[in-house]
Amino acid sequence: MKKKYSIFSLAKNALSGHKDWPKMWRSPEPREFYDVIIIGGGGHGLGTAYYLAKEHGLKNIAVIEKGWLGGGNTGRNTTIIRSNYLWDDSAHLYEHSLKLWENLSSELNYNVMFSQRGVMNLAHNEHDIKEIKRRVSANNLNGIDSFWLSKEEIQKKVPIMNTDNLRYPVLGASYQPRGGVARHDAIAWGFAMRADEMGVDIIQNCEAHQIRTKNGTIEGVETSKGFLRANKIGVVASGHTGVLAESAGIRLPLQSKPLQALVSEPIKPIIDTVVMSSAVHAYVSQSDKGELVIGAGTDSYNSFTQRGGFNIIEDTIRAMVELYPVFGKMKMLRQWGGIVDICPDASPIISKCDIEGLFFNCGWGTGGFKATPGSANVFAHTIAKNEPHQINSAFNLDRFASGRLVDEHGAAAVAH
Amino acid sequence: MLIINCPYCGPRDQSEFSNGGEAHVKRPDGSKEIGDREWGEYVFIRANPKGLFYERWVHTHGCRKWFNCVRDTSTDEILVTYKLDEKKPNLNNFKSVVKTPSGEPEVGSGNFTVEK
Repeated sequence: MKKKYSIFSLAKNALSGHKDWPKMWRSPEPREFYDVIIIGGGGHGLGTAYYLAKEHGLKNIAVIEKGWLGGGNTGRNTTIIRSNYLWDDSAHLYEHSLKLWENLSSELNYNVMFSQRGVMNLAHNEHDIKEIKRRVSANNLNGIDSFWLSKEEIQKKVPIMNTDNLRYPVLGASYQPRGGVARHDAIAWGFAMRADEMGVDIIQNCEAHQIRTKNGTIEGVETSKGFLRANKIGVVASGHTGVLAESAGIRLPLQSKPLQALVSEPIKPIIDTVVMSSAVHAYVSQSDKGELVIGAGTDSYNSFTQRGGFNIIEDTIRAMVELYPVFGKMKMLRQWGGIVDICPDASPIISKCDIEGLFFNCGWGTGGFKATPGSANVFAHTIAKNEPHQINSAFNLDRFASGRLVDEHGAAAVAH
Repeated sequence: MLIINCPYCGPRDQSEFSNGGEAHVKRPDGSKEIGDREWGEYVFIRANPKGLFYERWVHTHGCRKWFNCVRDTSTDEILVTYKLDEKKPNLNNFKSVVKTPSGEPEVGSGNFTVEK
C-alpha cells in the first residue's frame, strides 16, 4: 500500500499518540534468487534499487545491508550538497544529482528536508582566489549557478566570521545559491520506503561475506543469511567495497580511511548558509535543531576503525575557533568517523568490470552524500542496460589504464 | 592517536610521523614488456585490507628515517615496526581479529589497549 504523508495524517496520528504509524518497509527473509542484488543499504544503494524498479521495470531486487539502513556513511556525514565542480565530467554528474534533489521530496512524498541555503567556499590567499575564480567561470560555462563574493559581501552574509584578524585572512569566496543541506536519514528512509512499495526486498542485518563467480560470470553472494544467487550484483559498500571486490578477485584502486565530523550543542540560529574552507580545512552549517555540524578531514593512514585520530578534529577546531571566535566557548556533543573509499583521482567509480554481472559504485571518498540520487540514478541505468549512462561514462575502471583521469583532487572546492 | 615505535628512536607520538602507504611494493623491473593495464595497476592500485597490513612510515619530525610496520587496520593496533633492510615478517605470526571480511572486530575500534 502506498504510504501518504500529509498534514492530515500527522494530525490523525497525533491524536493516537503516534503509535499507529504503518511500518515504512517490510523485513522479509531473503529469497534464493534475485535478478539484482545491491550490497549496501545506504542512500546510494537504496536509491539504486528505487530507480531500478521505477525507471527500468525490474521487480526481483534485493538490497542487503550488514547493519541498519543508512547506518554507514549516509548517517555519518555533514550533508552538504553542491555541484560547483571544475571538470565537465564531474560538473555534469553532480548537477544531475542536484537537479534530482530539487524534486526529491515531492517525488518520494517524503520530506528529505532539502534546504537550498547556499554554499560558500572561502579563498585565503592569492592562489585560492585564482583557482576559485577559474572554477566559478568553469561552472558558469556548464550552466551551474556560481559566482564570486567579495570580502564585504561575505561579511554581510556571515557577520560572525572573522575575516581579517587571523593567520589566513578571508579574501573572498565562491557562492552557489542552489547548494545547501538535506536530512541524511530521510534520503535513506524515503528511498527505502518507495523501493519497498515496488517490491524490493530490503534485508537488514545481512552481511555480505563473499562474492562468488564462475568462469567470469557472477553466481551470487555468500551472506550471513546464506547463499543468495543473482544475475547481477551492484556493490555500493563505500569503505568496504575494496574488501568485497577482493573476494571476487578484483583489485580496485581504493584506499579506505576514516573521515570525521562533529556536532556542537544546539544554539539559536546564527549561521544561515554553508561555509567551507579548504585552506584551513573547516566547514560548517547549522542543523534545524540548532547544532553546528562541523566537518573535519581524513586520517593520513588506512583504517577501518570508525572513529579517526584526535589530531584531526583538533586541527579543525583550531581553524573553526579562529574563523568564528564566537564559537570559542561552545561544547561539542558528538564526534564520529565514517570509512570512506578514496580513489587516486578523488573521483568516483560507477562502472562494470571484467566479471559479467558485477558492478561497482564506489570511490566517492569524502563527498558522496551530495551525489546520492544522481549516483543511484546513473548506476541503476548502468546495471539495467549493461552499459554506462552518458553522465557516468567517464567514471569507469578503464581510466586507470588509459590515464584519462577525472582529477578533482586539487580542483574540488574542498581538498582533503 | 597512535604511539609508534620508531626502530631508531623508540616509541613516539603519531604527530611526529607521516604515513607512506603500502610497503614492499615492487616496481616492474623492465625485464618484460608490460601493457597499460599492468602499468596502471602498479601506479594506482595498492592493497587495502581490513586486518593485517604492511605499511611504511617516516619519522618526519624526528630522525627522518623511513621504516616498515605491520598494523591491524580494523583496530589500528601496531603489531611490529621494522627497518627497511629487515625481512618482512610473516603475517601468520599475528592473530587477526577480523572474523568475516566486512564485519567489525569484537573488540571494537581502537579498544585493544583497554582489553590488554
